[in-house]
Amino acid sequence: MLARLKSKWIYLPIAALLAFLILIPFEWFFAQYTTLMIFIGIYTIVTVGLCLLMGYTGQVSLGQAAFFGMGAYVSAILSKTYGLNPWLAMFVAAIMTGAFAYIIGYLIFRLKGNYLAMATLGLGLIMWILFRQLSQFTGGPDGMSGIPYLSIGGFVFDTSFRRYFLVWAFCLAVLLISQNIVRARTGRALRAIHGSEAAAESIGINVGRFKAKILALSAVYASLAGSLLVYNMTIVNPQAFDFLASVKLVVMAVIGGLASVWGAIFGAGTTRILSDEVLLRFGEWDVIVYGLILVLVMIFMPEGLFVKLKEVFQRLRFRYRQRGVAP
Amino acid sequence: MSSAQFVQYLISGITSGSVYALVGLGFTIIYAVTKIINFAQGEFVMLGGLLSFTLIHSAGLPLVPALIISVLIAAAIGAIMYLLAIRPAKNASVVSLIIITIGVAIFTRGIVGQMLTKDFVRPPSFSGEESISFLGAYIDPQAVWVIGTMVVVTIILHLFLNYTMVGKALKACAINPVASSMVGVNPKIMALIAFVLAAAIGGIGGVVLAPLTPISYNAGVMLGLKGFVAAAIGGFGSPVAAVFGGLLLGVVESFAVAANWGPFTSAYKDAIALVVLLLILLIRSGKLAEEERTG
Repeated sequence: MLARLKSKWIYLPIAALLAFLILIPFEWFFAQYTTLMIFIGIYTIVTVGLCLLMGYTGQVSLGQAAFFGMGAYVSAILSKTYGLNPWLAMFVAAIMTGAFAYIIGYLIFRLKGNYLAMATLGLGLIMWILFRQLSQFTGGPDGMSGIPYLSIGGFVFDTSFRRYFLVWAFCLAVLLISQNIVRARTGRALRAIHGSEAAAESIGINVGRFKAKILALSAVYASLAGSLLVYNMTIVNPQAFDFLASVKLVVMAVIGGLASVWGAIFGAGTTRILSDEVLLRFGEWDVIVYGLILVLVMIFMPEGLFVKLKEVFQRLRFRYRQRGVAP
Repeated sequence: MSSAQFVQYLISGITSGSVYALVGLGFTIIYAVTKIINFAQGEFVMLGGLLSFTLIHSAGLPLVPALIISVLIAAAIGAIMYLLAIRPAKNASVVSLIIITIGVAIFTRGIVGQMLTKDFVRPPSFSGEESISFLGAYIDPQAVWVIGTMVVVTIILHLFLNYTMVGKALKACAINPVASSMVGVNPKIMALIAFVLAAAIGGIGGVVLAPLTPISYNAGVMLGLKGFVAAAIGGFGSPVAAVFGGLLLGVVESFAVAANWGPFTSAYKDAIALVVLLLILLIRSGKLAEEERTG
């Protein structure tokens, strides 16, 4: 009885969230936050990938901005310089980035922990240098502008109202797909790898291939988000993909909870709101706050802020319910 | 390439290699004692450079006290980092510790950017600007200071580790923390000493480097990465190996840029170190993985 009740009520917060999301861009609701929400949606997509990678395989990527930037630049170059259809460019970018990540993953996942982190950091910096230096393709440090909007037939996504729904459709699709991956056989394999690689291997899980696959998946997400970013702003520049960008993505994943798919919205949301609304007024204090967040969250709640909050909430509810039942 | 040019590039490689070596020493010491890779290692170099500039220009201190105070502040920040960020994270996983040190790195960088300056700074040279002529090459006297400092620091560190009680205790703790704690060596205090040492050595590197190459608040990442490459070439084993790793990286970088062929141009100077990093990690990955399992 209780279990059925619980399974029915679990959809209530999701439905409320969905209704809230749909209403945001309307004039009479929170239209002034449409642009902010578009960014939150885009960053949520990257964060989900990073959460899967970090939370479910116990691996860290300090170069996720490299994949994010690859998606952005490949889309920008193909659709602007070569006049390819933006949807096709987005698709090609995702395939390219995914394949690139898979090969890299196959090579570097022989490494672990510290060395892997340093390798991803190096990879991220190399890509950032390439974005800046290959100026005949990328426009150098100034980047590119005049990139076309996405469109379906004659319907162009040229207002933030339209782009909001586009981005969030992608975002929710990515979240649902990830949720299914986590709950299915792959998710169990990933958790096994996180628990003990030797044990996972002994029951027939190909650890190296799974890790490379999940890196490729997170790279495809990052690439999609990069493409959406480019088609949203119609400009691209390398500043968005430097070392700090990678660290900010890690901050989002850490706030969102490392092994939590839906926490990604919370992580990306908190971080973007902090950056764009709260801390902007105090100059560039955001880096200092992010540093503190990383240290504090990792010391006191290594499973991530969102997961910890959920735990606390559940404990409170349990206590409340017990009190209600007791005579 | 003429012989004068050769000497010029060699010395410039050894000079930047000396700084990488100092950062690499810090990585090696902390890793040996605590098995932590300190991603904030490069920030200590940045701190040394910017603090010495601020103390000389804003506080008006004479050169020598300014240098000493800068290094002491860097060392103190190393101690604070260990006590406030690393030590409270008991039994943290490798990934958690990586994220913590990254957090400390960007925190330090943000504070320095806000409180001191965001510009590139160049404190005055130790002994004038007039370059020295050597085998047909012209050498900035500060480069001699950089190389000399690195040699002196390496020798002192070597003597400290092998001939003092504290140094021997550090080595014992690096070899086996449990066994060494049984004979009265406290691993926590050894870890604190390792962080202070690494921070001080990084600070020294920054103090001698800044008059030669202007440095800014965001220089820490690249310096840290190159120091890591130095330590990785040396295999994280002995400090001396890290020094040779640093020098090797500096010289390779210098001559790759000198070749000025294809991608080997100064625009890609930093990428060279990164490619070396990836190559080493891939070549040595089997051994490194082994080490991490046993260590």
